[in-house]
Amino acid sequence: MQTRDIETDFLIIGGGTAGPLAAIRAKQKAPGTRILLLDKANVKRSGAIAEGMDSANNAVIPGFATPEQYVKEITIANDGIVNQATINAYAVRSFDMIRELDEWGVKFEKDGTGDYAVKKVHHLGAYVLPMPEGGSLKKVLFKQLRKFGIPIENRLTVTRLLTGPDGRAAGAVAIDSRSGDFVVIRARAVLLATGAAGRLGLPASGYLFGTYENPTNAGDGYSMAYHAGAELSGLECFQINPLIKDYNGPACAYVTGPFGGYTVNAKGERFIKSDYWSGQMMFEFWRELESGNGPVFLKLDHLAEETVRKIEDVLHITERPTRGRFHAGRHTDYRRDLVEMHISEIGLCGGHSASGIWVDEHARTTVPGLYAAGDVCNVAHNYMLGAMVYGELAAEDAVDYIADREQAQIDDAAVEAERQRLYAPLALDKGLSPTQVEYKLRRMVNDYLQPPKVTTKMEIGLKRFVEIRADIERLVARNPHELMRAAEVRAILDCAELAARASLYRTESRWGLYHYRTDYPRRDDKNWFAFVEVKKGANGEPEFFKRPVPEYIYPLNEKERQSYSDIRIEDDALAA
Amino acid sequence: MSAIAQDATTAASIVVDYEKCIVAKGCRICIDVCPTDILVLDESDGKIKMAYDECWYCLPCEHDCPTKAIRVEIPYLLR
Repeated sequence: MQTRDIETDFLIIGGGTAGPLAAIRAKQKAPGTRILLLDKANVKRSGAIAEGMDSANNAVIPGFATPEQYVKEITIANDGIVNQATINAYAVRSFDMIRELDEWGVKFEKDGTGDYAVKKVHHLGAYVLPMPEGGSLKKVLFKQLRKFGIPIENRLTVTRLLTGPDGRAAGAVAIDSRSGDFVVIRARAVLLATGAAGRLGLPASGYLFGTYENPTNAGDGYSMAYHAGAELSGLECFQINPLIKDYNGPACAYVTGPFGGYTVNAKGERFIKSDYWSGQMMFEFWRELESGNGPVFLKLDHLAEETVRKIEDVLHITERPTRGRFHAGRHTDYRRDLVEMHISEIGLCGGHSASGIWVDEHARTTVPGLYAAGDVCNVAHNYMLGAMVYGELAAEDAVDYIADREQAQIDDAAVEAERQRLYAPLALDKGLSPTQVEYKLRRMVNDYLQPPKVTTKMEIGLKRFVEIRADIERLVARNPHELMRAAEVRAILDCAELAARASLYRTESRWGLYHYRTDYPRRDDKNWFAFVEVKKGANGEPEFFKRPVPEYIYPLNEKERQSYSDIRIEDDALAA
Repeated sequence: MSAIAQDATTAASIVVDYEKCIVAKGCRICIDVCPTDILVLDESDGKIKMAYDECWYCLPCEHDCPTKAIRVEIPYLLR
């Protein structure tokens, strides 16, 4: 095992969705910039879109939607707690992003006239653009990375960011999960594009890697940003999704809805007006699941043979292409069977809910020179296109930032401390395996943090997390792969602890199921119409505080404000 | 890499057809593309194996295999 030193200008951590777009944009705007695109896996097949994407969920296309409509819809869907400037920064560039991808060869659905075939899935507006041939997305992006000559390093797991004496970004420290090499990277600006904290809750199947998110996205970015002094936002606004039970992939109402598929209870009746994934919708989904009308199913058995075949041609090929095999194993045929659904384990994710590193409309975090884009940043409901636009925004700002700044001095003591911390599990020959500690930690996350949230339960959970923190010292790794897993367990533990504390801090209920506290069951706008933020305090402990919601660019009227609270279909037969 | 976890009591979700696999000709594509990095070349018998029970059943290994030698099954706990 050796130490490698790398020097670059713009370090991009994560080569999934936001990362490649950031690299390309930086090269376009400032061709002389030294760029390094890092990935824990292989950029060819990494991140949430490793197998492509079946639809663009938030396309803002002229003629179908305006940035104003979109920003308002997401504001309402996220119960008002948004920085509209950040959502607008995405919305005004959404269409340009789609056209750029289209030029590169990404296939979006079009009608007979060549116009984009936008579908309505959200409660109010139409923003869903199907990608029936979206399986090749990663290949298209990789071709562009090659064309622009972007330097790439695969299989590097970054574990800590480095900051200079003035607190600005100075680089990062990583481990090569194949060779075990210790890698020190000096950089003048750093982008975190590390995805969601997807290995937080344990899937109901009990299989550690059977997560909704790509399990490589373990929450490393949340932990790294926190330890670098950045502000994190909305960690109490969990990601919880309605999924195919056990398979744990999307069911997926966004794809099937426009073809006539919908969510039903065990009686075969609809109970929600919109299948768009909001906290309010998840609350109604959970209520139905737990009620005498449960569980919940995806209904496609009323559709014509050719429609079902079209659905299979998308869902069994793109994004999570093994779902057809799963259904075959359970003898489930869309033509005659309902698909049993369940709710996912909890996670942290800006792209689906709103929990992430605080960024402004240029993807700047609160640490100078540190940027965040994609699921790891807190731009609500930003999805794939939002990740791509934020990658571009980060790159555009970073190359200007770099222009008049020298490399910050890195702290050799911090590098050495991280080396000791990282490699400690290799020196032990007796102790606990990362798998075992991760299993226990994530089971405790389910037991104590899965909504409905209860104060005393979360407090007990925190005690268990403190005990598990002591177990971290006993982690044993036999090779670099296990060393990577050991580093991930630490990140997951940080996420669990911060999620519990953020949830305890906000003494109200909000975002439907995402932050439903049975001992504070009501929304309290008077005291809690604010972001809950956390950063590492001077004493090393997390410091929580409120951040006011910036004045809206597009104010809402009272009727608009309430529209997502009205998502349940009130029906006498259902209520009975 | 020393730990080859694959044994008779662990149902590996990644099944390699060794008749079709061209690892002997230097192909390492499945090892390269796996997001969770669980495929290894077992030096003792020259075969590609699943070394860790950490499969996301996502399919890059199967889709990118030039000889279609890989079949991914749903992991037993989820089936």
